[in-house]
Amino acid sequence: MMDRYSRLQTLVIYAALAVFLTFILLPFVEMFMVSLRPLEHLFSTPYRFWGDDFSFAVYRQIWETVPLLGRYIFNSIYISGMVTAITMIFVVPAAYAYARLDFPFKNASLAIFLGVNMFTGAVLLIPLYRVLRTLGLLNTYWAMIVPGVAFLIPTGIWLLRSYLEKIPRELEEAAFVDGASRLYTLRRVVLPLAVPGLIVVSVAFFIGAYAQQFLFAITFNQVREYQPLPAGLFEFIGYQDVTWNEMMAASLTGVLPVMVVFLFLQKYFVAGLTAGAVKE
Amino acid sequence: MTGLAEDTTAQARRRVPVRLPEGWFAWALIGPAMIFIGVIVAWPLVETFRLSFTDANLGGESWVGWENYADLWGSTKFSQTIARTFFWMALSVSLKLVMGLIGATLLNATVPGRALFRVLVMPPWVIPVAIGMIGWLWLYNGHFGMLSGMVQKIGLLDGPFEFLAYKNSAFYSAIVADVWVGTPMVTLFFLAAMQGVPKDLYEAAYVDGASRWYRFRRITIPQIMPVIVSMALLSAIWTFNSFEIIWILTEGGPRGATTTLIVDTYKVAIGNYKFGEGAACAVVIVILLALFSLVYLFFLNKVNRRYGNK
Repeated sequence: MMDRYSRLQTLVIYAALAVFLTFILLPFVEMFMVSLRPLEHLFSTPYRFWGDDFSFAVYRQIWETVPLLGRYIFNSIYISGMVTAITMIFVVPAAYAYARLDFPFKNASLAIFLGVNMFTGAVLLIPLYRVLRTLGLLNTYWAMIVPGVAFLIPTGIWLLRSYLEKIPRELEEAAFVDGASRLYTLRRVVLPLAVPGLIVVSVAFFIGAYAQQFLFAITFNQVREYQPLPAGLFEFIGYQDVTWNEMMAASLTGVLPVMVVFLFLQKYFVAGLTAGAVKE
Repeated sequence: MTGLAEDTTAQARRRVPVRLPEGWFAWALIGPAMIFIGVIVAWPLVETFRLSFTDANLGGESWVGWENYADLWGSTKFSQTIARTFFWMALSVSLKLVMGLIGATLLNATVPGRALFRVLVMPPWVIPVAIGMIGWLWLYNGHFGMLSGMVQKIGLLDGPFEFLAYKNSAFYSAIVADVWVGTPMVTLFFLAAMQGVPKDLYEAAYVDGASRWYRFRRITIPQIMPVIVSMALLSAIWTFNSFEIIWILTEGGPRGATTTLIVDTYKVAIGNYKFGEGAACAVVIVILLALFSLVYLFFLNKVNRRYGNK
């Protein structure tokens, strides 16, 4: 049939996949290899891909050389979790309004939200710094959570709106006829039905927030105890003698939580992000 | 039978008065998000415009009118930076789209193990960009990194090569890293779009004896065109704004070779504490992005009309 390949074609597909995946996974392979190598052998020429003295020792050492590693990982998870929760609180009602209601300035206000997607925090750092200072949020977790939420809200409205649009209107109207208020309908009829969509979008938010903590952290937070993983580790690169094998081990250990979350929920993650862009 | 018909018309009649005045309720739902964005994004944006007419720095600020803009206008370095940014964006986005198309086509092929391959594509997208760049930093290391080592092994180079130490190689190395970060998302969006293409189109073409390449060109590409175009816009905006990748790899160097507008803005404002000048650069970015998006949306409309999408 149409979907069958000859042996040669299958071979070509696998070869091409191998090249593609090598490009994607190369940095991880390199990081892992470096982490296994004792430091004195790391800086040896000529280059050798394979070594005979690989060991996992650094994975124990890092907890001593980077005493705050556990804290950094916790901070990353905490910040991402808070960003996700707060963004949901803002986004769910707004997405519902755009999915269901007709109101003045609907398109104009939606355009404003989506316009925010055009910027990154990097353009607004100075005034944003002043705003956060005025609100007294600098050097707290909030200094990283608040901007994170702001830049996720537009995407969130966009994604969740397409989920809520799929919930049958008739159910809401039935609730109405029975005399339920607007808010009661949203809370008791729409939200329970939207739970799968809400989970999908939250997973996407969490992973997105975990990946995007660097800039706000190095600009708005000086307190080492509050630093998320990327900013915490980056501090070590500035040092004179970077112990690269430990750097790599710490980096790989640090992304482990998000990789686990991702592996378990990857189906929802991809579905969540592609839902808005791909027509049904 | 007549009873049923009456029921549906009755239902239809009943549906009309259900609609309440919705305006106040809708704005009550949107208000919190709007206010939040207002304080954290819109107000700083207005502030940026105001600051761009001052010489704000750590010591204070005073009004200087158009001076910052005049300086930028007269600076060849700045116009070079703009040109470099657009080159960076164009090259990186086209590579991401090509890689995405190739990747999605491969992952869409019905071969054993494709579920696993689809998962293996995603890590660069999922992990923090900064962490991925730590890996690339080492890969690009001339003495101990894998790339230089392998190239020497093959015999293309006699000695170590520091990828990030020379103007050209640093620029293209940064592009490769940027493409690496952006490719997984583009791939998965294209894959999702490809899976949404109706199967019968392919079957009809297959029955008519169309080759794989023909089917790809005349069915797949037109069918997923709207997604290609919107991914191109999204990646263009993100690539334009991409900061962490360049900052971690090269900090904009060597000798400015990888300084894009966003890196320049950061260096001026945060590195040199010239808030006013930095704000003027930021305003230029905002205006360029707005213009770019407008042109693009016009183009997107045309594409969508042509390929029959709403």
